Amino acid sequence: MEAKLHLPDPSVIKEELINRYPAKVAKKRSKSIVINDPETIPEVQANVRTVPGIITQRGCSYAGCKGVVLGPTRDIVNIVHGPIGCSFYAWLTRRNQTRPESPEAENYITYCFSTDMQEENVVFGGEKKLKVAIQEAYDLFHPKAIAIFSTCPVGLIGDDVHAVSREMKEKLGDCNVFGFSCEGYRGVSQSAGHHIANNGVFKHMVGRKNALVEGKFKLNLLGEYNIGGDAFEIERLFEKCGITLVASFSGNSTVGAIENSHMADLNVILCHRSINYMGDMMETKYGIPWMKVNFVGAESSAKSLRKIAEYFGDEKLKARVEEVIAEEMPKVKAIIDDIRPRTEGKTAMLFVGGSRAHHYQDLFTELGMTTVAAGYEFAHRDDYEGREVLPSIKIDADSKNIEELKVTADPELYNPRKIETELEELKAKGLEINGYQGMMKQMKQRSLVIDDLSHYESEKLIEIYKPDIFCAGIKEKYVVQKMGVPLKQLHSYDYGGPYTGFEGAVNFYRDIDRMVNNPVWKLITAPWEKEEAGSLEASYVTQ
Amino acid sequence: MLLRHTPKEVKEREGLTINPAKTCQPIGAMYAALGIHGCLPHSHGSQGCCSYHRSTLTRHYKEPVMAATSSFTEGASVFGGQANLLQSVETIFSVYDPEVIAVHSTCLSETIGDDLQQITKKAGDDGKIPAGKYVIYASTPSFVGSHITGYANMVVGMTEQFAVSTGSKKEQINIIAGWMEPSDMREIRNLAQLMGVKIILFPDTSDVLDAPQTGKHEFYPKGGVTIEELKSTGDSSFSLALGCMSAEPAAVALDKKCKVPFETLDIPIGLSATDRFIMALSKTAGVKVPSVITADRGRLVDVMADMEQYFHGRKVALFGDPDQIIPLTEFLLDLNMKPVHIVSGTPGMRFEKRMQEILERAPYANFRNGMGADMFLLHQWIKNEPVDLLIGNTYGKYIARDEDIPFVRYGFPILDRIGHSYFPSVGYSGGMRLVEKILGALQDRQDRDALEEKFELVM
Repeated sequence: MEAKLHLPDPSVIKEELINRYPAKVAKKRSKSIVINDPETIPEVQANVRTVPGIITQRGCSYAGCKGVVLGPTRDIVNIVHGPIGCSFYAWLTRRNQTRPESPEAENYITYCFSTDMQEENVVFGGEKKLKVAIQEAYDLFHPKAIAIFSTCPVGLIGDDVHAVSREMKEKLGDCNVFGFSCEGYRGVSQSAGHHIANNGVFKHMVGRKNALVEGKFKLNLLGEYNIGGDAFEIERLFEKCGITLVASFSGNSTVGAIENSHMADLNVILCHRSINYMGDMMETKYGIPWMKVNFVGAESSAKSLRKIAEYFGDEKLKARVEEVIAEEMPKVKAIIDDIRPRTEGKTAMLFVGGSRAHHYQDLFTELGMTTVAAGYEFAHRDDYEGREVLPSIKIDADSKNIEELKVTADPELYNPRKIETELEELKAKGLEINGYQGMMKQMKQRSLVIDDLSHYESEKLIEIYKPDIFCAGIKEKYVVQKMGVPLKQLHSYDYGGPYTGFEGAVNFYRDIDRMVNNPVWKLITAPWEKEEAGSLEASYVTQ
Repeated sequence: MLLRHTPKEVKEREGLTINPAKTCQPIGAMYAALGIHGCLPHSHGSQGCCSYHRSTLTRHYKEPVMAATSSFTEGASVFGGQANLLQSVETIFSVYDPEVIAVHSTCLSETIGDDLQQITKKAGDDGKIPAGKYVIYASTPSFVGSHITGYANMVVGMTEQFAVSTGSKKEQINIIAGWMEPSDMREIRNLAQLMGVKIILFPDTSDVLDAPQTGKHEFYPKGGVTIEELKSTGDSSFSLALGCMSAEPAAVALDKKCKVPFETLDIPIGLSATDRFIMALSKTAGVKVPSVITADRGRLVDVMADMEQYFHGRKVALFGDPDQIIPLTEFLLDLNMKPVHIVSGTPGMRFEKRMQEILERAPYANFRNGMGADMFLLHQWIKNEPVDLLIGNTYGKYIARDEDIPFVRYGFPILDRIGHSYFPSVGYSGGMRLVEKILGALQDRQDRDALEEKFELVM
């Protein structure tokens, strides 16, 4: 495979990517652009400030907190405290699908709630208006929970959303009200918001309910937001295998399920970046181990199901998982056998998210395609290099501002699901218990790894590598396509999906086949602009 | 039902906005700035603002939307954003080389009191702005007005900071575009050309947000009003401001600065507003209306007359932005339809006054704008008095589905259909397109619901 690809020399490319920057900027950017070596894993500068003026893919803390983590839970009324825009832009744009239990069951995902802060609220404080808004939401909907999200001005003018939430929770009695200090300026990207959301959900939701959950193999699905129905496919597989899903964080989830999530015996983590804090905190408080899995890719899904069965150590479950895989795989194989000759040997670039740029490489591998360059928008070094580097990550001023909850074992509910020796045994079998190896170990020698890719760098990369497909988000979509290269959105999936599990893998193979082999890319040049058209003129007009 | 929790009973709300019919100022400023040739819009605030605005505009246009951000962190929020903006100016000119950077503020930078005039001046004094290049700015606090206010403020910024009066007037007319689509701006230019009037249209997003596929990404597409043109607006003989909310403030500013008299018109959406636009153009430029335009007008009236039975008395609910709602409401009345519920989140006395004038012909109409005027209220009104047609941006599809109402997408943002950026809704041909869309929605519904024996071949 590699012999067929003639990749440019990455060290030369690195120079080209940064030579237009002012000297200081170039120096800073060069630390985030790394030539990969899966054996030694070079250090990648990540989770640091974006240079002002650089056209970045990144968003803000509010987007990570409200948009990503809290948004997908259908029965919370999420009130955004601030001017109207923040709530408006996060209204239904992330494609978090949800399936209420009945046509009457609560679902507020289609609604957008805001205090629509006005100038006088900024000058005189907005707490009063926030209280009124909470009361009005309660009177209208009587929801189980109301969450308050702070936008930039809120922190600056000193509105205390936590105090307001406590007061209103007490006043309302049967509604859990809690706030998030997720102002857009906190941290350096969405990532800060993920952490803030994890803290809030852990403090205010997890453990509030103690309902017995039926089932022998009980787990929570962490970091799966049900974009395009991804969680539905994973739920289907769990059900088929006889695995009980207690709660999902947070795709297709409910308040009740999250409040009861400490009743599970395992947390499996998909999106490491956005939810790893929850895994750690639940381990410490309740003794539930977490394990990194990946349901993106057919092989990866099979592997993940096997890992789960291995964790529970039950022979019947293992056998059932094998049956399910044996049932699902032939359908996938028939399709990939047809598609692969058309995708084999092509190249991909992935610059997206905090985990997706890693997971989707599995699908490209299954298509016989090579990832020549990849990076995240808002990841940390551990997502690139693996969690072994955690102790060596320097905590800078921006990260220091994000609260680290002090978690201790719950005196009543702490119950280690596995003892130390069992965990060691599982790790020896290759299970990533409380661990994650990161993206780079899986990427090829000499491939490029770039954190927080700028617009300028993306255009240069495309010019040099001419990849067959580029994966990023909506802001990059039409820029890249204007260059004649198809762009697959890996936040919104271009309104397709699901891409998880076996059915999702098939969807993805078909979409990529369609995109890289679409005839439209050959129609860009008008016939009269082609070189061979030069002699056409004047055949009929001379006399 | 996707909006199953919306009750029929309307209760006044004072703190909670639900399903807004507006968004915030900065996105309007970003959109307006894209209508200057060679301009990079710049958002002075947190990264999220810029990311959200670019995403929303991209989803609406299916086009590249380039803009930069000051990437505020907590430090900048405490100590002020001057260093971030100065760094941005330096980075942008060396990496992206625009003719002009158009900076707009955000709720964050406004709350901490960053002074864009002072900071951009400092950027110049520090030598960070290369010779022949510009940095302009507009103050666009998100907690005042709406996206329409932000658009208006950035257009004011363009005139105040570029227009000069050289003392010798030019035979040209400024047309200040209110918030409209690139297709509409292109149509305004076409109409002026047909009339033989030399105009400067600004801002102008045509050939920017409807760029062709060429295999090359043009960072600065060929469209947009040029800086030279913007400068010369101060020498124009007259300004026509299209829209009392989104365009008039710039006309006022230009008159104040360069003594260019102006008239404010509605955006020429529908027959009557287009009539007034053509008349004003004819009068101010002293030109006759060419017969092709009269014929186009005749075709629109012809269709309105021929299909009148399908429009007559049909009840319409609409929501959106002031300068589009005003002429659209008037057009619905010209079609003999009944606009019964009208909502816009944008506040403004000029808007309210103009709507009162238009609604003299529709005393039955519920109209509300500004605080409390959101889509939740509109939905409740519809539950109390059902309608035959809903007109508004993409978010209306949830109401349309729940209440089973024919739906015509119009306004901003449209996230799930194309067409708005390519086919104008201004001018007589634009009116024709609106008529076709409205009629199509109503007749499709009639076909869908008709009993077998009542199903018609000819309509």
